[in-house]
Amino acid sequence: MDVKRVKDYLYWLYYQYQLVTCSYVLEPWEQSMFHTITVTVLAMVVYTAYVFVPIHVRLALQFFSQIFGAQPEGTV
Amino acid sequence: INHIVHNGGLYKRPFNEAFEETPMLVAVLTYVGYGVLTLFGYLRDFMRQWKIEKCQNATEREEQKDFVPLYQDFENFYNRNLYMRIRDSWNRPICSVPGAKVDMMERVSHDYNWTFTYTGRVIKDIINMGSYNYLGFAQKAGPCQEAAAKVLSQYGAGVCSTRQEMGNLDKHEELEKLVARFLGVESAMAYGMGFATNSMNIPALVGKGCLILSDELNHASLVLGARLSGATIRIFKHNNMQSLEKLLKDAIVHGQPRTRRPWKKILILVEGIYSMEGSIVRLPEVIALKKKYKSYLYLDEAHSIGALGPSGRGVVEYFGLSPEDVDVMMGTFTKSFGAAGGYIGGKKELIDYLRTYSHSAAYATSMSPPVVEQIITSVKCIMGEDGTTIGRARVQQLAENTRYFRRRLKEMGFIIYGNEDSPVVPLMLYMPAKIGAFGREMLKRNIGVVVVGFPATPIIESRARFCLSAAHTKEMLDTALKEINEVGDLLQLKYSRRRLVPLLDRPFDETTYEETED
Repeated sequence: MDVKRVKDYLYWLYYQYQLVTCSYVLEPWEQSMFHTITVTVLAMVVYTAYVFVPIHVRLALQFFSQIFGAQPEGTV
Repeated sequence: INHIVHNGGLYKRPFNEAFEETPMLVAVLTYVGYGVLTLFGYLRDFMRQWKIEKCQNATEREEQKDFVPLYQDFENFYNRNLYMRIRDSWNRPICSVPGAKVDMMERVSHDYNWTFTYTGRVIKDIINMGSYNYLGFAQKAGPCQEAAAKVLSQYGAGVCSTRQEMGNLDKHEELEKLVARFLGVESAMAYGMGFATNSMNIPALVGKGCLILSDELNHASLVLGARLSGATIRIFKHNNMQSLEKLLKDAIVHGQPRTRRPWKKILILVEGIYSMEGSIVRLPEVIALKKKYKSYLYLDEAHSIGALGPSGRGVVEYFGLSPEDVDVMMGTFTKSFGAAGGYIGGKKELIDYLRTYSHSAAYATSMSPPVVEQIITSVKCIMGEDGTTIGRARVQQLAENTRYFRRRLKEMGFIIYGNEDSPVVPLMLYMPAKIGAFGREMLKRNIGVVVVGFPATPIIESRARFCLSAAHTKEMLDTALKEINEVGDLLQLKYSRRRLVPLLDRPFDETTYEETED
């Protein structure tokens, strides 16, 4: 029973996505094209985030700690 | 509650009108949706142009391809790429009288709404929330129908002549005296078509050298009549009395544009109820302004006659004002009286002038006698002169239905525009896919609604418009509300954040109008 409820909920979420992005009114081949493009763009965003965000966060933390770390060193 | 306007005594009852603002996220998502549809529209147009896909809409002929293009503007683009996709929610064929319940032919489309075929099944007893049937006179049996049938056998179906030539029957004179008595004016004149009443009579009243001040959201017939007259037209913001007063002041102070001569006439065009917003005009303030600046008022009561006021006499009675303050009272018989046609009421000199100089009187066929009899019977029923209290009961039932329906919808969390007392209830949908989805889901649940989109409303403010009727019983309204609640949850339409937004204009106080007197 729970599996059915989860499946219904997921279908309802898919229906909301279709309504908001107006793929509900498109013909099936247009819908496939739109879903392909959306999934591709989303996959690229996730991949970029996965590869680049940790490196950038580490560099930013290094930069800021250098600024705040340098002050007490200067006064000593 | 801070959207009741306090005003120094012009209003005898609270005026509750609200237009909740569009939530920011919803507006952004609506634009995203329209962006996606526009891109796919360009793609489909490209495919149609290069013959990859069969072109099913109207195009120019091969020989005319080098002429000025006919179908390149945004309206035609919208029509073939957006409207066609959800077209099955409009122009649905019915097969019974459109009263409180209606029967509809079921139809399917196999090529995405370019053509329809009937399955042969008739969907019975759909609750009709879309017809302008405010007092429930759209019936096929009853006293109105019997009287109209008798007159049909006596007078025939058509008149085939204009009012000025041979088409003036004693029935028309009886109708006009009755309408004048109903409205409380000296005299009235009736025309065959409501649209033609506006578009053909405004040019007879004003001409070049006159000024027309027209509300932003006026109906196409008023706009057409104003443009045909040749007068200068200035628009004031919807129901905004400060904007109207500023325009009146500028008109009196500066006069006509180049010559600075005073305007020959200033005519203010307003409607009683605006059917797309559900708002009621601020009539006491308009009349106070009109008296102060010595201009004339043309009130189009197409939706409010029969629907407002304790005895159904329209927006003038609703506010407790005298009909003599309104110079030209226009209305239609289509909405509350179950007939067709329009009327203009006013002083005797005005109506006598219109009988001679109106384009409609001189060239349009006069009203058909059975229709006239339907109007006469329904007006007598509303006034109570046929000996029963049916009319009074219907007016009260409509008021109760209105208050109940609006209150329940607001409690559920939908964004509803307009005044608390107007029987036209717009429910905001915003996103284009939800327009089609709402129409279809409600039809699946046996309720017929009207959904409205772009050309009639601003592009992101699409809505579903419910028209309440005295013929709706409480059970029908409860069923409809239950289904609307379900569909609202299914489509996530409950956008309201329940903040009562104060009306955008500042509260009126009497000193605004008395500035120049000392």
